Amino acid sequence: MMKYLLTISLILLLAACGPAGGEETSSSPSIYIENKGSDTLVNLALAWTERYQSMHPEVRLSVTGGGSGTGIAALMNNTVDIANASRKIKQEEIDMATSNGFIPIEFIVARDAIGIIVNHENPVNQLTMQQLADIFTGRIDNWAEVGGNDLQIVRVSRETNSGTHVYFLEVVIRLGSSESMDIFARDTLLLPSSEGIIAEVRDNPHAIGYDGLGYITDEVKVIAIAMDDQSAYILPSVETVNEGSYPIARDLYMYTPGEPPAPVKDYITWILSPAGQELVRELGFVPITP
Amino acid sequence: MPEIFERRSRESHGEWVITRLIQTAGYSSIFFVLMILYFLLANGLPVMKDVSLSNLFSTVWYPIEEYYGILPLILGSLVVTLGAALIGVPLGILTAVYISEIAPQWVKEALKPLIEILAGIPSVVLGFLGAIVLSPFLRESLNLPTGLTALTGSILLGAIAIPTIVSISEDALNTVPRAYREAALALGTTRWQTIWGVTVPAARSGILMAIMLGIGRSIGETMTVMMVTGNAPVMPDSLGALFAPIRTMTATIASEMGEVSGGSPHYHVLFFIGIVLFLITLGVNVMASRIAFRQRKRSERVLS
Repeated sequence: MMKYLLTISLILLLAACGPAGGEETSSSPSIYIENKGSDTLVNLALAWTERYQSMHPEVRLSVTGGGSGTGIAALMNNTVDIANASRKIKQEEIDMATSNGFIPIEFIVARDAIGIIVNHENPVNQLTMQQLADIFTGRIDNWAEVGGNDLQIVRVSRETNSGTHVYFLEVVIRLGSSESMDIFARDTLLLPSSEGIIAEVRDNPHAIGYDGLGYITDEVKVIAIAMDDQSAYILPSVETVNEGSYPIARDLYMYTPGEPPAPVKDYITWILSPAGQELVRELGFVPITP
Repeated sequence: MPEIFERRSRESHGEWVITRLIQTAGYSSIFFVLMILYFLLANGLPVMKDVSLSNLFSTVWYPIEEYYGILPLILGSLVVTLGAALIGVPLGILTAVYISEIAPQWVKEALKPLIEILAGIPSVVLGFLGAIVLSPFLRESLNLPTGLTALTGSILLGAIAIPTIVSISEDALNTVPRAYREAALALGTTRWQTIWGVTVPAARSGILMAIMLGIGRSIGETMTVMMVTGNAPVMPDSLGALFAPIRTMTATIASEMGEVSGGSPHYHVLFFIGIVLFLITLGVNVMASRIAFRQRKRSERVLS
């Protein structure tokens, strides 16, 4: 019996020491990639991870959310291999990383549109960017001012650690102007999750919120947006985002601390390939190669 | 004789070890509190260097644009806690009076474990119920623009504080000597007069302590308030603020700590909020123990 066991373990040992690059690849993962950041990207990152791991069993990817700020903070502390972000890295963050000895490398991995959502009972169907900015800064406080019912407006937003929040601040509230010091109206509800936003807008006829296109469900109504009152009102979709006609769309990023090592580079190259971008389309985001 | 001596010395040896062990355990909790305090101060006080006092004590909290006004957060916490006290204290004390003085034995036996179960419900579950059930209900019945308000948080925090208030108040009521009640009844008072005029005043300091501990419990609560108060850093200016969204200190620390990079002004401000929270909780606890202390002194006076 003992001899038998010994033989088996010897065979196993020999098999494990077998020539590298042989037909049989070890099924236990040997490469670990840490991937962290944007909650907008987390579902997409998980889908990529699952598909990629099934093709490359030697790679083990772990994905966590927490917000773009969380991911970039981890990047600066050099505790992740890939940081996901739904906003561009800030200059001061690049400086901080540089002082830690590496330069973050940027990859645009998908596009996302932010949909403006209201309750189904709300008769408003379209808004201009200016009206939207005025609503979220508090200059417009009643739905009647934009053609709706006489109801006080309740603004719903993600928390300030969300990349979506920062993007919305820059593109909608400040209308892209770097001089503008406008911020969200102080009574804006800051909810910790996308689900919280959808739930509040679904239940509350006063509410207006925003969220990534991939998170918006039929439970809420999406508003068509126009750049100004001369332009057409556009609903967000893959087509309108790729054409560039929908005004609130953005790129989604992955950052690596310095030039990525081969396994990480392979992974990102796969994400950018048509196979990786197919998943982007499936999850309701906008692929980068049209 | 030598045998006894030997045994005694062995005993005292064992006793010495045990005494030291207990002593170490006792001192270690003081040591941990001091370490926590040091950690808070070391990470929170540098805020004085990074952020001007006029910014720190302003009314705008928007940390990603370097508005670090913590007043709306402090007042937000106070409004929610005040609301929780208004709801939890009367309910808690009346429940304790009912259990201790009025309820028949079988009701007592059913109520006490039920209240302990209430104490055991995780706060995130209460928060979930609050967001799904209570907040839409409040919005519709009070005709508010949104149900995510300070009041929603107060009601849930009241529910969290009630078990603490009930069990400590009930203990206090139980320690009132039976002779007090018998004497009062012998003087011809009704049951209500006995409870209101004799039993409750006699247990007053214990009840006050229950209130303090209940309030201390609710001011530090995080998850529930984060889920139901809307987290809007509005400066509460009147009691009407109870019906509007607010943002508490605890929810701010919880939701923003994950994002900040270590050593940034925002990081130090969050720790500074931790210091403020620590001081408030400390104040509440000191008040509670002073009440207990005053009571002991009075009873000593009576006995002497």
